[in-house]
Amino acid sequence: MEIAVPQINFGIIAPELILSAFALGVLLLGVFYPRAGRSDHLGYVSLAGIVVAFFYTIPLMGTSQYAFNNMIAADGFGVFFKVVFLIIALLTVLISIGYAKRVDIDFGEYYALIMFSTVGMMLMAAGTSLITIFLGLETMSISIYVLAGMITGDRKSVESALKYFLLGAFATGFLLYGMALIYGSTGSITLKEIAAYIRAKPELLRSPMIIIGIALLTIGFGFKVATVPFHMWTPDVYEGAPTSITAFMATGVKAAGFAGFVRVFFSALGSFQPDWITIMWLLAVATMTVGNVVAIAQTNIKRMLAYSSIAHAGYILVGFVAGNELGTASILFYLLIYAFMNIGAFTVVILLGKRGEENVLISDYAGIGFKYPLLAASMTIFLLSMAGIPPLGGFMGKFYIFSAAVKAQYYWLAVIGVLNSAISVYYYLRVTVLMYFREAERDISGLSFSPASVIAVIISTWGVLYMGIFPRSVLALAQRSIETLM
Amino acid sequence: MGHLLSIIVFLPIVGAIVLLFIDKENHSAIRAVAFVFSLVEFIISLPLFFSFDPKTVGMQFVERVPWVPEYGITYHLGIDGISLLLVLLTTFLTVLCILSSWSAITVRVKEYMISFLFLETGMVGALVALDLVLFYVFWEVMLIPMYFLIGVWGDPKRRIYAAIKFFIYTMAGSVLMLVAILALYFINFKATGTPTFDALELYKTAIPVRTQYWLFGAFAVAFAIKVPMFPFHTWLPDAHTEAPTAGSVILAGVLLKMGTYGFIRFAMPLFPNAAMDFLPLICVLAIIGIIYGALVSMMQADLKRLVAFSSVSHLGYVMLGMFALNMQGVEGSVYQMLNHGVSTGSLFLLVGMIYERRHTRMIADFGGLSKVMPVFAAIFMIVTLSSIGLPGTNGFVGEFLILLGAFRSNTVYGVAAATGVILGAAYMLWMFQRVMFGEIRNPENMKLKDLNKREIATMVPMVLLIFVMGIYPKLFFAKMDVSVGQFLKGFKAKYEMKGEAPTPHLASILAEKSARERISPSSSSGSN
Repeated sequence: MEIAVPQINFGIIAPELILSAFALGVLLLGVFYPRAGRSDHLGYVSLAGIVVAFFYTIPLMGTSQYAFNNMIAADGFGVFFKVVFLIIALLTVLISIGYAKRVDIDFGEYYALIMFSTVGMMLMAAGTSLITIFLGLETMSISIYVLAGMITGDRKSVESALKYFLLGAFATGFLLYGMALIYGSTGSITLKEIAAYIRAKPELLRSPMIIIGIALLTIGFGFKVATVPFHMWTPDVYEGAPTSITAFMATGVKAAGFAGFVRVFFSALGSFQPDWITIMWLLAVATMTVGNVVAIAQTNIKRMLAYSSIAHAGYILVGFVAGNELGTASILFYLLIYAFMNIGAFTVVILLGKRGEENVLISDYAGIGFKYPLLAASMTIFLLSMAGIPPLGGFMGKFYIFSAAVKAQYYWLAVIGVLNSAISVYYYLRVTVLMYFREAERDISGLSFSPASVIAVIISTWGVLYMGIFPRSVLALAQRSIETLM
Repeated sequence: MGHLLSIIVFLPIVGAIVLLFIDKENHSAIRAVAFVFSLVEFIISLPLFFSFDPKTVGMQFVERVPWVPEYGITYHLGIDGISLLLVLLTTFLTVLCILSSWSAITVRVKEYMISFLFLETGMVGALVALDLVLFYVFWEVMLIPMYFLIGVWGDPKRRIYAAIKFFIYTMAGSVLMLVAILALYFINFKATGTPTFDALELYKTAIPVRTQYWLFGAFAVAFAIKVPMFPFHTWLPDAHTEAPTAGSVILAGVLLKMGTYGFIRFAMPLFPNAAMDFLPLICVLAIIGIIYGALVSMMQADLKRLVAFSSVSHLGYVMLGMFALNMQGVEGSVYQMLNHGVSTGSLFLLVGMIYERRHTRMIADFGGLSKVMPVFAAIFMIVTLSSIGLPGTNGFVGEFLILLGAFRSNTVYGVAAATGVILGAAYMLWMFQRVMFGEIRNPENMKLKDLNKREIATMVPMVLLIFVMGIYPKLFFAKMDVSVGQFLKGFKAKYEMKGEAPTPHLASILAEKSARERISPSSSSGSN
């Protein structure tokens, strides 16, 4: 028997390796230079790591290489998502400098875990085998479980971590079980081989085992991206977790979840599209509608943004249902723009708080419009972008997603989607109503804006405006990125 | 001047950016800069009028740059005789609005002026955009500054309610239009193979009649909400009443016209078969609007609400004339759009002036004002008569043509609409009588001051326009004759296609084949 030596190509996992190395470095730094003087050096080192990883990701663009026995790929899809994750990580670290100190979580572990979970996300997007995807998912999730509970003195934070961990563990179980069933039916764990096997044996299309496997996978991924009815954890976890981590979860975990979701379903299970499309249709409608309707009733801005993030998962599912190239490309486009607008909004939430006074009630926003005009203006831009008002990025994202649905002739789905975004206008506007139309009920003053967070706001605003007015280059990139997928 | 339209669209934004750098306490500088920018905007829009060639069929001052070429989204601007006049109305009214806000707005002046200039960009942009996506972008952009104008500077009592209602109503209507735009795009793409959102290209697309119903429905709801047509009008009285004076003026003067303009530029030429089949419904709703608006306005105790409901009535005429689908009706309809901007805009300005003095708009609080404010009363009289449509004023020309057109197309519609003229005279004159004549019962009215110079300067252009448009309408009709004729011709030609592609020639055989396939039910129910 000959033992095949796996092709090893560290080049294509260089970003992951670099990020892991920096994460370990930050951990050690945290140990040897504990919080003496409370400088922000850990944050800056993490930033450096992310930037270096970014420079190692760029050369991978436009290539299509596989390594480690087809376990992992550096294809357009994976690289696009890697860039997205690095942007998300960069923004998260930027908003953490200052905020982490305020809530006393500026340990080495905090930044290290952010980077480790970014590594997990990258593996998830780049993985071309069920095992790699699963490993990535677990690396990401376990880091996030810890991050969510970082503020050990805060009961809500601890509750949030425990809840996320318990439910997450269940969901992971579903996912793994689903993968096992698919492996059992097809005898392979690499996505391409699964697809080839199914194509070769059409009778598998009726195999209950593989259908159950698909259903379980849907549950597992559905949990990670927070689709209805697997969304119950979202508001509590988002509310309790440190705000910077909430932003990270709402964008990074969701994007990674969708990366895995799309990759597995389109690369390996494409033949089953007629079967899963009805389910996805229902999931999309339920997710959009529940997310938007429940968001209206929220009084806490973090919970409101949590429900809004559920709704956005619903919009993205619309692109998933459309199933055509336009739909898949629009998912990528949407996730990037969503990262900018959502992190931007959470950054404003962070900036409006101060030590011991987080000001996360929507009513706290009363009157800030004319007191902090630039902060309020950027919040308005982020919220209107999420509501899908042109010429902001969120509009272009929705435009492409719904155009994919219309192209695939899912007219009703598109109609339900746009009506949902009309509903969402109500709760996004409510924040602007408070900011601009109401007088402050209590005095919010003495805010100190950390420069790093201000930079994050500027980057996010730029992203939202740029992708709204000049969507062309990013969309072209997204379209090139999915070529290897189908 | 190859970029004249772009300059006109974006100059107000430049003004808004300049305002950002002025100290927010320096109110007079802010007002002056905003006024200068709006005035320059008006002045540079005048060459449009004078160098517009009335003989040319099609768009003029065209600018066309690819925006997202992969999707056929272009930055395509151009005007014809119809949009030309509306653009001028917009730039003209904006100057007066800023002038009228001089003393009415005393808080957050900087933000107010920035919003106003932003709004102007949105309005002009929507009027000159010929690409559906570009149009949609400007259409939505208009919403945001108007929302803030109502919400921040409106009447404190119900402004938030009115602002949100305005926003949600319009947004809900327009998102459906977005889906219809996308559907239209893909239908055209399938038939011709070229991706385009260009309205002029899409005019030529053959669309199966059944599909037209859906698409026209979506466009029509979006525009009908904006017009507003009965029964979608309920946001209007609230928004008008709560908005600050200049907000009401621009809302009545321009924003409502966006709805009617949308019908004439997009909904009708794109989907003529559906428009014909929906014609009775739209005419009946327009007539209900005319009569209902007039009756409700008669019973209003608040001056601003009265004017607001009169808008519902006036816009009913505009819709009726447009759907008469003959030269008189459509020209009257376009003319009435301008008239309504001038007359109702003036009414709101006048109500604003009296409100600034007395801080009430209740008719019952006034009476006998003509004794203390003769200039005000005289101007008010002229505007009232123009709103009623007295011969010699602009209102007469528009209403007369619309009724003429309506009679020609359907006598019953004509007769029903004509009763609105009587009701219109009744509510306006009754209001005028209660406000201006009689004894001064309320001692507070005794010491009212007549209009100052700035206010007179605001009103004089309006009064002049009322007479010019009433006595020499040819000045304006000359500009729109060809365009309206072209609109009717294009409408008829496409109507006769009955949703089929024209006689096949080599290149379109494939397109024809796919057009046939599209008639299958998949186009109307595509849930899974």
